[in-house]
Amino acid sequence: MNKLLPSPLLSVSLIVIWLLLNQSLALSQLLLGGLLAWVIPMYCAPLAIKGSRIRKPWVLFRLLAWSATEIVRSCINVSRIILFRRQHQLNSQFIRVPLHLRDVTGLAVLSCIINSTPGTVWVEILPDTHELSLHVFDLHDEAWWIDTIKQRYEQPLIEIFEGASQ
Amino acid sequence: MIELAESIPAWIAVPVTLLLIAGSLITLIGTLCLVRLPHFYQRIHGPAISITFGTTCFVLASMLYFSGLGLRPVLHELLISAFVLLTAPVSAMLLMRAAVYRDLRNTHKQAQHDSAKSSQPPSA
Repeated sequence: MNKLLPSPLLSVSLIVIWLLLNQSLALSQLLLGGLLAWVIPMYCAPLAIKGSRIRKPWVLFRLLAWSATEIVRSCINVSRIILFRRQHQLNSQFIRVPLHLRDVTGLAVLSCIINSTPGTVWVEILPDTHELSLHVFDLHDEAWWIDTIKQRYEQPLIEIFEGASQ
Repeated sequence: MIELAESIPAWIAVPVTLLLIAGSLITLIGTLCLVRLPHFYQRIHGPAISITFGTTCFVLASMLYFSGLGLRPVLHELLISAFVLLTAPVSAMLLMRAAVYRDLRNTHKQAQHDSAKSSQPPSA
């Protein structure tokens, strides 16, 4: 965490991406990738968000595994609705979820998960109440959605990025 | 160069074919959503299934195919899914917000228009 190597994680992922893109482990590619992985984070350092770091990697892993299964399940549900449901039976609604999560990186991860899950699209966080406005493809039970998002996604993200388990 | 398809063993060909069919079907369903559903807010959910499930199927099929042929240990397809999963949510969110703000503006204009009309004397 010094000036020469402001974020080691970014450097490691850059060199991994470079080697994967070039599909080689040749010395020349290692050197070039190493140079990029060293220089790019230095110039990006002013853009980096202070204080965001991953505190509990295993919670993140569990969260990602759970989101993956949820994405597959929602894919099947949404496909079934598109193919077989009549349009007027479809209950598409906006809902609001009150959020406690404040960490910007955590919110970014949450938005990626929610938008990647078919059937839900993130609209915005209402600035005055810190509520998340969300569009749901086929709404049955608003309370269930709010509960799921708060317990399954928000709670682990608070643990990961803010370090406090409520 | 890529070898001819005849030389692929069955234990690779079968899962690759199944994955390609599944991916194509899911992508087709995602596109059908754009045609069938009446409202923008509903149509925006269709591409999400193509992006997640469809891309995953194609990426897995490609990795299996090329790894199975022994041409290269194939991992760089993983980058495709990583980039797609990072960028697609951003575009979905931008489209959604654009639509919401357009609707808000329209209802606001409509309300102003209505109140202007009703404030005029009925005889005019």
